Amino acid sequence: MILFRLFASFFQIGLFSFGGGMAMLPWIYQVACDFGAMSKNEFANLVGIAQVTPGPVAVNSATYVGFTVEGVLGALSATLGVALPSFILVAIVAGFLKKNMEKPLVKGAFKGIRPVTVGLIGSAEVTVAEAALWSGGFSIADTNWLGLGFCIGTLILMYKTKLGPIKIMLGCGALGAILYGFGIV
Amino acid sequence: MKLKNDYTSLYFNFLKFGLFTIGGGLAMIPLIEKTCVEDKHWLEEEEMVDCVAISQSLPGVIAINAATYIGYHLKGLKGSICSTLGVITPSLIIMMLVVLFLQDFGENPFVEGALFGIKSGCVGLILYTLLKLGKKILKDAFAWIMAIASFAIIAFLNISVVWVILGGALLGIAYSLVFKEKMEAEE
Repeated sequence: MILFRLFASFFQIGLFSFGGGMAMLPWIYQVACDFGAMSKNEFANLVGIAQVTPGPVAVNSATYVGFTVEGVLGALSATLGVALPSFILVAIVAGFLKKNMEKPLVKGAFKGIRPVTVGLIGSAEVTVAEAALWSGGFSIADTNWLGLGFCIGTLILMYKTKLGPIKIMLGCGALGAILYGFGIV
Repeated sequence: MKLKNDYTSLYFNFLKFGLFTIGGGLAMIPLIEKTCVEDKHWLEEEEMVDCVAISQSLPGVIAINAATYIGYHLKGLKGSICSTLGVITPSLIIMMLVVLFLQDFGENPFVEGALFGIKSGCVGLILYTLLKLGKKILKDAFAWIMAIASFAIIAFLNISVVWVILGGALLGIAYSLVFKEKMEAEE
């Protein structure tokens, strides 16, 4: 029964949250409290961990809460719960688009949606850059120059080499670990 | 990794995206773009942008939306099941291990440094994707105006992405009705 309740709670979160994992966190906290799974401190810990471990933040958080409440089966229930609404809705939309992409009305809509999405990725870039490079505020004095170096280095490697994003990210991670871990910066 | 079977290939590629994405769905876009558009030619660049638009405008987990969309686009329902299961597999395994063994995982200076490197590099990675997709999509004045307006609205006003994408769809339809001949000539 507790497995079904976990599944249902996370299904609701997946169904009604727009904007991805970060927007879901307050709601996930509420569910975690309902199940008596964790205190405020533990949740802060979860948020930290979910963001620094591989994978989507929402899925990480769901697995964490589910596992804490009811072990492996709890983790599976919560994770499938949070994933299933996405899966169903997107499969319906993708099926519709596959059939209707050539219709003039759909074509027109995407004529507008595509450039808007480029703008959206642009503003996402600003958010990511602010968090990583300008956490103290947008000014030259507050710039994290080392971070900016990583960013520009990545850009150059993407354009000039065939390494690809995964190898470059592994390189960034290794270099960062060496610089911080041995106290060089 | 070269896999013959499309379904296993979908599963393992999305497992890879899940494994190498740190900090949420957006960080996944450059990985998906590189593999699905550049390497495997599963998608056109325009279709990649559609995938981002749909992932952001539907409720739910953005990474799962993207996985389901691409899986379905390529191989229908079965394909979407493979890609979705692939993208959640690393989270499931890693988070359980973290709960069991590594509660103070984020406080180690090596881990902190690695995350700093990855997050900073990721800024460059998303910028690369942005420039690449922008070059492909922003080909006329209408597209530029729409992109700049949506950037400004999302960056400076507190308006949900869903409304901005819906607005874009309506303006796109209006444009296509007014400039019918131009739309046809573009094909």
